[in-house]
Amino acid sequence: MKPRGAGFYVLSAFFALFVLFLYGPTVTIVVLSFQGPNGGLTFPMNGSSLHWFARLFEPQAVGDLGGALQRSLMLAFMVMVVTVVVSVAAGLAFRRRFRGSGALLALTIASLIVPSILVSLGVGLLFSQSGLESDWWSSAFGAQLTWSLPFGLLVMLAVFNRFDRSWEEAARDLGASPWQSFRHVVLPIILPSVIGIALFGFTLSYDEFPRTLLTAGSNNTLPLEIYGMTTNITTPVLYALGTVTTGLSFLVIATALVTMASLNRRRQRRAA
Amino acid sequence: MSITAPASATADAATRIDHRPTGRRKPAGSLAPYLQATPLALILFAFLLVPIAVIVVVSFLDYNSVQILPNFVWSNYTDTLFDHVTWETYLNTVKYTVIVWAITLFIGFWVAYFLAFHIRSTVMQMVLFLVCTIPFLTSNIIRMISWVPFLGRNGLLNSALLRIGLIHHPLEFLLFSDFAVILAFVHLNTLFMVVPIFNTMMRIDRRLMEAAVDAGAKSWQVILEVILPLCKPGIAIGTIFIVTLVMGDFITVRLMSGGQRASVGLMISNQISLLQYPAACANAVVLLAVVLLMIGGILRLIDIRAEL
Repeated sequence: MKPRGAGFYVLSAFFALFVLFLYGPTVTIVVLSFQGPNGGLTFPMNGSSLHWFARLFEPQAVGDLGGALQRSLMLAFMVMVVTVVVSVAAGLAFRRRFRGSGALLALTIASLIVPSILVSLGVGLLFSQSGLESDWWSSAFGAQLTWSLPFGLLVMLAVFNRFDRSWEEAARDLGASPWQSFRHVVLPIILPSVIGIALFGFTLSYDEFPRTLLTAGSNNTLPLEIYGMTTNITTPVLYALGTVTTGLSFLVIATALVTMASLNRRRQRRAA
Repeated sequence: MSITAPASATADAATRIDHRPTGRRKPAGSLAPYLQATPLALILFAFLLVPIAVIVVVSFLDYNSVQILPNFVWSNYTDTLFDHVTWETYLNTVKYTVIVWAITLFIGFWVAYFLAFHIRSTVMQMVLFLVCTIPFLTSNIIRMISWVPFLGRNGLLNSALLRIGLIHHPLEFLLFSDFAVILAFVHLNTLFMVVPIFNTMMRIDRRLMEAAVDAGAKSWQVILEVILPLCKPGIAIGTIFIVTLVMGDFITVRLMSGGQRASVGLMISNQISLLQYPAACANAVVLLAVVLLMIGGILRLIDIRAEL
């Protein structure tokens, strides 16, 4: 192996700075959320306490945090399930050329590049003009899918590009039905990527703001509630909320990563 | 990989398939892709195509202060296109887009280059890649708010600068300014540049770089003459993401500028809150056209089909 040149150390420092840039602000608000009861939005820390976390769980002056969190988690779960099922199915379809496959792929990519405000405004108007009530489980659900599904499909296309069809052919030669060969051959091979899609679906929905803004109706999701708080709350309770939701996101991400890693390890053990 | 179905079930399946007339399997096989693709097509039809059609229709309708009126008019377009405020707003939004693009391209290229060519173990590569990815799976709004203790009048940056004597009064331009808007855009969206560039870099045949070195190229020449041209499709995809994310944004500009700066998305969202839906729709159609033109321009310069 070649010795490391100066370039490596310069780039390492650059990368370290980038990581600091990504995580630094989040770490700051986590620290500041433990501010004492008389502390403000910036340093110095005025003692340390759990005061602002306790305030989160008291009835709020504005909004309904508990309800918003519940709705957001439910919606994220729905988006996750639908994203996984629909992207895997469409991924299977795209392994063959079929009539309209080009158009459907173009539409999916278009869904990724249409500015979010158009989806929000369009879905909102569609519901109000056709006399339907906008709600988080109907209009916001659909609007969020236009963002999560393209990611899911692109992951599946990448997976099936590298997929060795001979496994499936072997299963079919052994007499497996299409469902059996999917369930026992294809699914185990693509499972880590499927968990990746689930993670995308969940987090994209859980954090989605622009596509939900005009489509959620009268019951806010958590990001909408947080956005409302930014304009009229000027205490560290905002940071406490940030710490809690970021912690929740990290928990979901960690669960997905650990599952993916253990699946990979099990596969390697079996192969050995 | 093992098939865990009991042997008898597999045998049953085998006999079933054996006895089935071969002619019956074909139509089922050719129908399958349509059934599998239908849910995706339906969802995108209902929640993307139809809503955009609604926007286009409403953009030609008249309105008063309470409701949309079913009269065909051009005025929503002429009002916005002949207003100099619209042009200034577009100019400001394009300015954000170009600056954010340049910064994210610079950061994205070097971060991807470091991960792809300087990290030698695959495990380490994965770990560092995840370290870059994880923040992008957390709430954008919280990540914007988290700049407040840094940039505020009494924030970390100002107090640090005051302490080392570089400034004597707190800098006012840090928060609620163009600076804060661009900083937040870069913070939120750099990953969309890193991932596509990293992808193309991982596919570059390492022998090309060795050949360049053998032919006497210095390391900066390898980067400039070999890696950069081969990364173009990744750069194009990253650019498309940045263009649509920044051009259509309204929330970052509103939060980080404290409502003191304009963007196209913000203009549209203001019209929506005034219930001027047809005007908002006309602006949305114009925005979509501009974004599509920009993307068309990028695709004309760089062929990305190999990446899809």
